[in-house]
Amino acid sequence: MAHISVPNNEVPGWIRWAATRDHTLLWRLLSLGLFAGAWEIAGQIPINYALPPFSQTFMAFLGMVADGSLIGAYATTLQPLVIGIAISAVLGVSIGVLMGLRPMAEWLAAPVFVVMQAAPMAALIPLITFVYGIGMTSKVLAVCVLALPVIVLNCYKAVRNVNPSLVAMCKSFQGTRWQQVAKIVIPDASPLIFAGLRLGISAGFIGIVLAELLITPTGIGDLITYHRSVANYAEMYATVVSIIVFSAVTVGGLQRVELTLFRPEKREIA
Amino acid sequence: MPAALPRIHERTMPAIRDNIVEVRGLSKFYGGFQALKEIDLDFPEGELISLLGPSGCGKTTLLKMIAGLLEPSAGQVFVKGKAVTGPGPERAFVFQDFALMPWATVLRNVAFGLELRGTPKPERHETARRYIAEVGLAGFEERYPHELSGGMRQRVGLARALAVNADVLLMDEPFSAVDEQTRRKFQEDLLHLRRVQRKTFIFVTHSIEEAVYVSDRIVLLSRRPGRVSRIIEPDIPRDGTPDEIRRDRRYLDTVEDIWDGLKQFVD
Amino acid sequence: MMLFGYRLPMMSSLLVWCLIWEIVGRLDLMFLIPPLSSVVVAMVELIQTKQFLTATAVTLRSFVVGMVLAIVAGVALGVLMGRFRAADRLLGMWVNLFVSAPLSALVPILMILFGLGDATIVATVFLFAVWIIALDTQAGVKHISGSLVEMSRSFGASQRDVYLKILLWAALPEILAGIRLGMIRGVKGVVIGQLLVSVIGYGELFELYSRNFLMERFWALTILVFAFAILVSELVGAIEKRVEYYAGVRQ
Repeated sequence: MAHISVPNNEVPGWIRWAATRDHTLLWRLLSLGLFAGAWEIAGQIPINYALPPFSQTFMAFLGMVADGSLIGAYATTLQPLVIGIAISAVLGVSIGVLMGLRPMAEWLAAPVFVVMQAAPMAALIPLITFVYGIGMTSKVLAVCVLALPVIVLNCYKAVRNVNPSLVAMCKSFQGTRWQQVAKIVIPDASPLIFAGLRLGISAGFIGIVLAELLITPTGIGDLITYHRSVANYAEMYATVVSIIVFSAVTVGGLQRVELTLFRPEKREIA
Repeated sequence: MPAALPRIHERTMPAIRDNIVEVRGLSKFYGGFQALKEIDLDFPEGELISLLGPSGCGKTTLLKMIAGLLEPSAGQVFVKGKAVTGPGPERAFVFQDFALMPWATVLRNVAFGLELRGTPKPERHETARRYIAEVGLAGFEERYPHELSGGMRQRVGLARALAVNADVLLMDEPFSAVDEQTRRKFQEDLLHLRRVQRKTFIFVTHSIEEAVYVSDRIVLLSRRPGRVSRIIEPDIPRDGTPDEIRRDRRYLDTVEDIWDGLKQFVD
Repeated sequence: MMLFGYRLPMMSSLLVWCLIWEIVGRLDLMFLIPPLSSVVVAMVELIQTKQFLTATAVTLRSFVVGMVLAIVAGVALGVLMGRFRAADRLLGMWVNLFVSAPLSALVPILMILFGLGDATIVATVFLFAVWIIALDTQAGVKHISGSLVEMSRSFGASQRDVYLKILLWAALPEILAGIRLGMIRGVKGVVIGQLLVSVIGYGELFELYSRNFLMERFWALTILVFAFAILVSELVGAIEKRVEYYAGVRQ
């Protein structure tokens, strides 16, 4: 903000009020508004014949909600997503925690998952399809292949970063290894484990969208591909925007839950 | 028996006490670096013994080996006549950084040692409450560590160590992380505790004044490698207010004498 | 992890996995997994084919162009958001939204906007990489203590000097970290883009090999792409390490 040296009583009250508050919500709405406005203008010119204006896209969105196609598509898409995430979560947390606790597991598994996280696993999706067909299995696998490395590596880091003083304290009171893990390691690592799960869910969304675009489309992927093929660009844009927003809202919501479950100030001690 | 080294203000020993902890030939190597060299020490029961020395002299290493948290490279530690192979119910450790579980209440933290032993909940909570009251934290049972000050957190750590009813209390610079006023108060509390409980206290500190003020016996360690340099039994008067004691000739002389000896190790 | 008293280096278990791959391949347990040795042979053959070289040229070109654009735009965006609160408030939510969004959903849109050619791939690489670069740059700029800027002003630095000589250098560790992550995402972008467009570059090759079950070639190509991603990331990581030393003393 520019520095204006003006005696206080000359500055209108509302400007003073506006300048001193945070107004995150207001800024967000303003940003959204600007974005929608820019989109509308770009669509009306039009910059590209394949770019419908915002208003048209929004109407298409409402239309698809009304006729149930959007909701139906989400129902189909969410199934392999949820199953894939569930499998990845159980498997991922187990492997990650094991890696954090046992040097042998760490040595064996760490390179595998580091490579999996850095590499474009998408290249393997056509292969998965050819082996497991174009059904649910392939899609669940696609979700797992993308979500698992993220969850494993985060859980591993979480366990490695456990406060060693707490573990020593448990040993000093003759805690068994099992007690150390159950009562100290897991509770201390929980916040990072949950963060890892959240990141895994984010990756899972990426996986399912990829799967539905690369494998025979169902659900959301199907909507996108279909509307593209009949040049219903507004519907297509609406679907794409909806999945991005849906993913953001879900993951954002999880972040809120995470913050309430694991209040950070509770953890801010030596 | 450790070698007879010059002692100052030595008081005539009363009836010989049993040694509750005995350290024989203890050495610790970290790779090629020797942290402790052939430590021989006796710790009589019921006394408050300080391990004092410059940083890096291995006093915390020694304490942790007595506690069974570190394995010696050579030598042995005997507690009540039995060789130490790990932590045991007759020893309890108080940590310098408190080591409290941030996700648990004060009550659960204090009861933790008993929880690990399998003591049923009502019983261990009752014991915990008693010791919480004894360290002066009554009313804070349901609070979380982040709601407490540094001094209060240390008292929780102390209550936890007392709750398991160990014979030997091992304290690793327990008062270094709190401010000076709280520290002095803790020293008073420690002396009071010692009069009330029939326990042995082994206490690591780097403060000469603190060691002289609270201890029955001070073990001075030198470093590189860590060795027993001197053993001192301060003969300071215990009547009078704390401030009077801290101005007493004998207290000041003892502190000065130890400081002279340690000066050479300051680099 | 220790074996017979010797410390084993971190990634050495990959050798064990390579061995397992070889054995599984030889035993013909799954037709999908040929022995590693024949994959390596195929790799050597593959590198010499014209098909591969053309595809590589196409792919590399799109990757480099997309990455350069992403770095320029990302750093600019990050500096803007780091220096001006208004920019942060307006643009921050979009950056945070896109950094973890399923961006592959945008590729069909890119396809109808830019056609089925290189432009779409460049756009995909750009979109995959730019957000993390912007985010990390912003973090780096925010870390810079105000006194650094004041100091340069007091010695008469112009606005341009402040940006080029102070801010960029001071934020360099974070910028490099962002670029490293951006590169990894860029590789994913180029692969996903080409897979979805499927008529160019590596995407076409992957499609070809998997459809015809040319498994040796498929895995050879996969390993090459994976290796490229990791190589590029390690390179930037090495540069990052050179600059890391001053990361801690900027306050």
